[in-house]
Amino acid sequence: MREIKAEVIKDTVRDLFLHASSFIGEDLYNKLQEQYEVEESPVGKSVLRQLIENNDIAAREGLAICQDTGMAVVFLELGQDVRIVEGDLNEAINQGVREAYVDGYLRKSIVDDPVFERVNTRDNTPAVIHTEIVPGDKVKITVTAKGFGSENMSRIKMLRPADGAEGVKNFVIQTAVEAGPNPCPPIIVGVGVGGTMEKAAVLSKKALLRKIGEPNANPNYAKMEAEILEAIINIEYFPTHIAGLPVAVNICCHASRHAEKII
Amino acid sequence: MEKVISITTPVTTEQIRELRAGDNVEITGYIYTGRDAAHKRLVDLVKAGKELPIDVNGQFIYYVGPSPAKPGHVIGSAGPTTSYRMDPYSPTLLELGLKGMIGKGKIAPEVIEALKEHGAVYFGAVGGAAALISKSIKKVEVVCYEDLGAEAIHRFYVEKFPATVVVDAEGNNLYETEPLKYRLP
Repeated sequence: MREIKAEVIKDTVRDLFLHASSFIGEDLYNKLQEQYEVEESPVGKSVLRQLIENNDIAAREGLAICQDTGMAVVFLELGQDVRIVEGDLNEAINQGVREAYVDGYLRKSIVDDPVFERVNTRDNTPAVIHTEIVPGDKVKITVTAKGFGSENMSRIKMLRPADGAEGVKNFVIQTAVEAGPNPCPPIIVGVGVGGTMEKAAVLSKKALLRKIGEPNANPNYAKMEAEILEAIINIEYFPTHIAGLPVAVNICCHASRHAEKII
Repeated sequence: MEKVISITTPVTTEQIRELRAGDNVEITGYIYTGRDAAHKRLVDLVKAGKELPIDVNGQFIYYVGPSPAKPGHVIGSAGPTTSYRMDPYSPTLLELGLKGMIGKGKIAPEVIEALKEHGAVYFGAVGGAAALISKSIKKVEVVCYEDLGAEAIHRFYVEKFPATVVVDAEGNNLYETEPLKYRLP
């Protein structure tokens, strides 16, 4: 049994959020450059130019790429041969978030109650934590700081099996078109298909973390991704019930801030 | 080169009526900030027949909730927030002489009607270009509602703040016209 101190988890989470908030991934950076070259609309070109410049300034000066530094989402793949010692695992993650947002001058955007008082927790906790137990003795931590301009434009729908691939595509396109200019385009669209309602939603968030330009390994899904143009579409899928076809569409702005580390 | 129109605040209705959807502008002068909570308070005061803590006549309001300033900076990253959340309040402020809102994303038809009626415009700043935009903000002061933190009403002194006219005072809407030109068949 490998032992990992809770403090190591905390420090890793903190460093990942600090990094992701100022440094956009190389895949996304290059995609913006590539798109700038081919963009036909003058407005579109001006927007892309500002975004590239913005990413340069943020990286150079260690500033937040966007003032909405998001709700902290943490995907944890915990090896079953790992034991976390000297502390509470979930609290270590939240402490990492706290330190990143308080010490790193990131905006605290979390309220304690969604409906009633809505009082700011002042340290951007709690994080949304998804833990999966996997074989091995490693821990993989993936963090994403999810802004709500785009999160608010996300949708979920339970389609009928008969709706099939066309139904999925139409729902994705409809969601993206309705979102229009609101979620800070150019956007990345994460699609989760199958499972149950919450499984589809989690998959759609995971789909956003995939490298830009990397298709789904299943050729049917890769083809569907390629057929839905005008945005970067990543689809993840999972087996589902005979009676259902859940589809979740999670939209992310161009500032898709995520980072990962294996301990 | 992109053509850019310079605007200095405060502005007159005549100046604003000359702007066209799609114009790129650079704003210099004082602008106010406000989000959901501050707007609610302002409009509640108007409804109660009380005086506002700020005079919006001839001014612009920027929908923003900046990240905290690092030492040595006047402000943190400060890009626009999504405008539709302020739609219920904007017509009241436009009636009082507000000449423009700066945000991102769609605004409601009734807000566009109010822009036409009062001769005002809706500017879009680039959502997510928050570090870049922060460079044009030179001075920051809290005017009122300090208890709201990042959501308090601030007064920014800006130089060459980059924005685009999305809806002009005739109701032309760049978000409607521009995507149609480039949509794939």
